[in-house]
Amino acid sequence: MANKLICEMGLPKSTANVFSARNIITAKDALSLSEFELMELLDVGLEEVMMAVGHISEIACPPYQTALSLLEQRNHNEYLAGHLPTRLKGLDAALCGGIPFGVVTELVGPAGIGKTQFCLKLALLASLPTSHGGLGGRVIYIDVESKFSSRRMIEMGLSSFPEIFNMEGMAQEMAGRILVLQPASLSEFTESLQKIKISLLQHDVKLVIIDSMTALASGEYSQGPPRLGWHISFIKSLAEFCRIPIVVTNQVRSQVRDEASRYVFQGQSRSDTVEDPSKFDYHLVAALGIHWAHAVSIRLVLESRSGQRLIKITKSSISPTVAFSFRINASGILLLNNEGEEMTGPEANTIHCQDHSGIINYDREALQ
Amino acid sequence: MEVSSLPISASHRGKLISAGYTSLSSLSSLSPSRLAQDLKISENEAVGILKVASGRSGLDKIENGSHAIVNGAQTAWDMLHEEEYSACISTSCSDLDEILGGGIHCREVTEIGGVPGIGKTQLGIQLAVNAQIPADYGGLGGKAVYIDTEGSFMVERVSQIAEACAQDLLEYDSLMRRDSQACHVDKQSKSFLDNIFYFRICTYTEQIAVINYLEKFILEHKDVKVVIIDSITFHFRQDFEDMALRTRLLSGMALKLMKLAKKFNLAVVLLNQVTTKYLEGSFQLTLALGDSWAHAATNRIILYWNGNERYAYIDKSPSLPSASAPYAVTSRGIMLNSQSPFIVSSAYFVVFFYPVNQPRKHNRHKKGQ
Repeated sequence: MANKLICEMGLPKSTANVFSARNIITAKDALSLSEFELMELLDVGLEEVMMAVGHISEIACPPYQTALSLLEQRNHNEYLAGHLPTRLKGLDAALCGGIPFGVVTELVGPAGIGKTQFCLKLALLASLPTSHGGLGGRVIYIDVESKFSSRRMIEMGLSSFPEIFNMEGMAQEMAGRILVLQPASLSEFTESLQKIKISLLQHDVKLVIIDSMTALASGEYSQGPPRLGWHISFIKSLAEFCRIPIVVTNQVRSQVRDEASRYVFQGQSRSDTVEDPSKFDYHLVAALGIHWAHAVSIRLVLESRSGQRLIKITKSSISPTVAFSFRINASGILLLNNEGEEMTGPEANTIHCQDHSGIINYDREALQ
Repeated sequence: MEVSSLPISASHRGKLISAGYTSLSSLSSLSPSRLAQDLKISENEAVGILKVASGRSGLDKIENGSHAIVNGAQTAWDMLHEEEYSACISTSCSDLDEILGGGIHCREVTEIGGVPGIGKTQLGIQLAVNAQIPADYGGLGGKAVYIDTEGSFMVERVSQIAEACAQDLLEYDSLMRRDSQACHVDKQSKSFLDNIFYFRICTYTEQIAVINYLEKFILEHKDVKVVIIDSITFHFRQDFEDMALRTRLLSGMALKLMKLAKKFNLAVVLLNQVTTKYLEGSFQLTLALGDSWAHAATNRIILYWNGNERYAYIDKSPSLPSASAPYAVTSRGIMLNSQSPFIVSSAYFVVFFYPVNQPRKHNRHKKGQ
């Protein structure tokens, strides 16, 4: 509502005319100036300016809702109360029903851990007909790393929902609902995002997957942090206004202790920090930085620890930090148990990567 | 005092100066009709100018009476009394309340920042619920305004926290052997939800608009005791090229919020993100929006990980010593960290292990393949 026209706000005619004469057309123009600047520019008294600014603000301000009405609206209007179930019982319970609509969910993990597998499964679930617990809609799959495999997806479908996929033509229909985009660069990606925005609502798209965000950002820039500011807000608003879940994957990179892996808050003396020898090893961190991390609402970390693959919720405003061990089979990701292990502190924040073969690994315990 | 400092329109000012009225004293013994004649303006406008001028010169006058030496001023003694009566909103974590001197204070602007996932939004939601604890239970019995700029407000989570809070109230009732007076958990938690006014803000213009509008909104919806902005940063961090404009808008906003907090006796809580800053050869974490913004809030609280625990640290406060205290985030909301003994230290180090985007020199994890 920032671009609402001032002349349509029902201000007294004389005031509205003064605003338009000074080329202050929208609420954005008016509110970017202070009251005194406006007085100077419009040549009217303080009272009149205050009145006008108050009026413009009131109209430009979006209406409020109470939390109660918001909750009721969600529960009544939305299928499955606004969640895409992952069909992993423990994870669904921890997430209050699955991947929530309207926010960005991120999957972080080392290469080969199963991020793409998870994405493929989610794409499949969203395209399932509602009678079988899916969302019955189209899926847009932005495959940056060219890892999308239709064969693997149909294999997952065949083994997890044989009753549907063995029906004639169903596999074709399911797969036909998943649209795969393979942008080669950030600019191409930007372009396709903008196109998606229009088609989302028209074509009943129920899920957007971006695999991966990191490849996009780092492919373009060899030096310095990628500038993703615009993309972050765009993806967030896309999720929110179409009320669909958006799932994004993020890679990890390793960080060495002396390479500024330790940050202190400004103003605190650095020499005071206690050296902790156990932190001298490599550790993995999510590849996109802190700015991006602020933007995602739910972060799921996939990691491996002592031969066990784990999926854990590390950022979520609804769920506690819990980890579930999983394995991957023909039907996709399977949880080994549905009762998660609650995590605290550094355990919750680190990303472990232990090579499955056990020959090369970066795990601290194994090195010693 | 000069005429040029008066808050009147530019044309009036120009006319005053060209007619020879440059100082306020030249206006003090003037009738409106005379001024109207001199400036060739209507009498009403002249009255307006004189009103503004006399209001201004009142600042310089010394009046009788012990209190009003200067118009609009308060003695420190009166302020002390007022501070004693000013209420607090509990954070639900007694350690944290203790270092904060009872909780988040009304009549003040408090900024809370921290790394992603530390619990900023959680704390915001908790405060929105806690501001509504009825007066019988030692709360404020108020309402809350939640301004969401990021879209991170999860209504399911709010209902979880509200339910937990309602249960606590019920428990308190039974402890005090009081008859449970219409305090039904379900009903209570519903009323908690009903009294959170939620604004979803999508651009910085809307953010300014909502802050301008709040004054009127709070007059209409009485008893608002807390205003939470989650987060103040988001729209000002993306796509903002004109840094001078950004600083100006932010400081204007801060002033308005400060005024709001004083006028309606409510607490304003601003949530802020963190960013990295290159300082003296090393990267350090700092709250976003830069140095001039750092002056804006009265209190500044930083949330950080300290080993296993979440800690809150008072970074800036005019009245409280710097201290830190652990807290926990559970399914029932913010809570006392029961695992650790209470530690207060005036010089606690805030150490972070957090990634920042840097040139990607190391790709070790890929070599492991």
